[in-house]
Amino acid sequence: MPSTPPSVDDVLAALAEQFGDLPSSVFRGQTRVVVPESASHEVLSFLKERGFDLLVDISCVDYLDYRESPMEMAACAGHRYGLVYLLASTATNQRLTIRVFVDDPEPTVRSVVSLWKAANWLEREVWDLFGIRFAGHPDLRRLVMPEEFTAHPLRKDYPLQGRGERHNFPVITRHES
Amino acid sequence: MAVSDAGKLQLPENVVVSRLDSLANWCRKNSLWPMPFATACCGIELMATGASKHDLSRFGAEVFRFSPRQCDLMIVAGRVVMKMLPVLQRIWLQMHEPKWCISMGACASTGGVFDTYAVVQGIDRFIPVDMYVPGCPPRPEQLIQAIIDLQDKIQREGTITGREFETAGRQARKRALVEIAEPLSIDASRNPILQRELAADSASPAGRS
Repeated sequence: MPSTPPSVDDVLAALAEQFGDLPSSVFRGQTRVVVPESASHEVLSFLKERGFDLLVDISCVDYLDYRESPMEMAACAGHRYGLVYLLASTATNQRLTIRVFVDDPEPTVRSVVSLWKAANWLEREVWDLFGIRFAGHPDLRRLVMPEEFTAHPLRKDYPLQGRGERHNFPVITRHES
Repeated sequence: MAVSDAGKLQLPENVVVSRLDSLANWCRKNSLWPMPFATACCGIELMATGASKHDLSRFGAEVFRFSPRQCDLMIVAGRVVMKMLPVLQRIWLQMHEPKWCISMGACASTGGVFDTYAVVQGIDRFIPVDMYVPGCPPRPEQLIQAIIDLQDKIQREGTITGREFETAGRQARKRALVEIAEPLSIDASRNPILQRELAADSASPAGRS
């Protein structure tokens, strides 16, 4: 049985004092806070200073044609992309999930490389697969797909079998090689 | 070479007469040096094939080299993603002639279950392949069988000048053969296979196509 992480009530109270009421929810002992895109950098910077020194992961969800709006939070209904920042504090063992919702066209959010160096490749991966721009990223290149790739393949409107990229190579015959 | 009293040529002891092609094929097929292009779980079976229990050295193919310059058999073991394919093609082009390719496992041969934007649906779409090994992953015995079959193929088709690789050239000669107006006159009296074919030809009025 995994132990639940320590309570983050003190952090939520400090966030409410600083930024007003932010929608939050708890799922299996894990607290999630929804932050508007305009305030995301300030909130993450505040959390970094408050002891969340470890950025565990940045990922993203494409809610295009999602059956229900993201179920737990009515505040984010109708948004397309939901970024997920997983934070942890190595001192207090607290864990906190930050959700930031962005939309087409040009979904953009401020980069947090200046806060956590670990964000560099994580943001590059999200840019590569979802096409979300991170303003202020020092080196926003593709991470996993080839450089000549043009699409963002984990978007829900990208076909599963691709647009022919996997067939777009020269054929080497026995005669030529 | 000695000549006997009856006027026939006699070979000295410890002398064997063979065709040069056949001799070269015999050497080549028994000293295949594999280039392990192992990208997935098939690579584990490939390693097991080379290890002591299955002992690929029984067939002269245990010298795995990680430089394509020293290899003549590429074993593609595992799925190849589209980012890896240019690397695969480059390594294939860097290998010296004569060279052969084994596509090991379902993923290398067809893409397997990975029918996605990133995975090449069979390496034979982009490089020539001699042997396909089914399985997910194949047992070492299956890979050994493929190597034995490849040895048979090398012995059967190989030439010292590598004519068997000139597919375009071979096809051109085939077309030239069709254009010959008169059939070659061949003495069939000592060749039972040819006799059967000639009999079949005369039986069917349309003749062979």
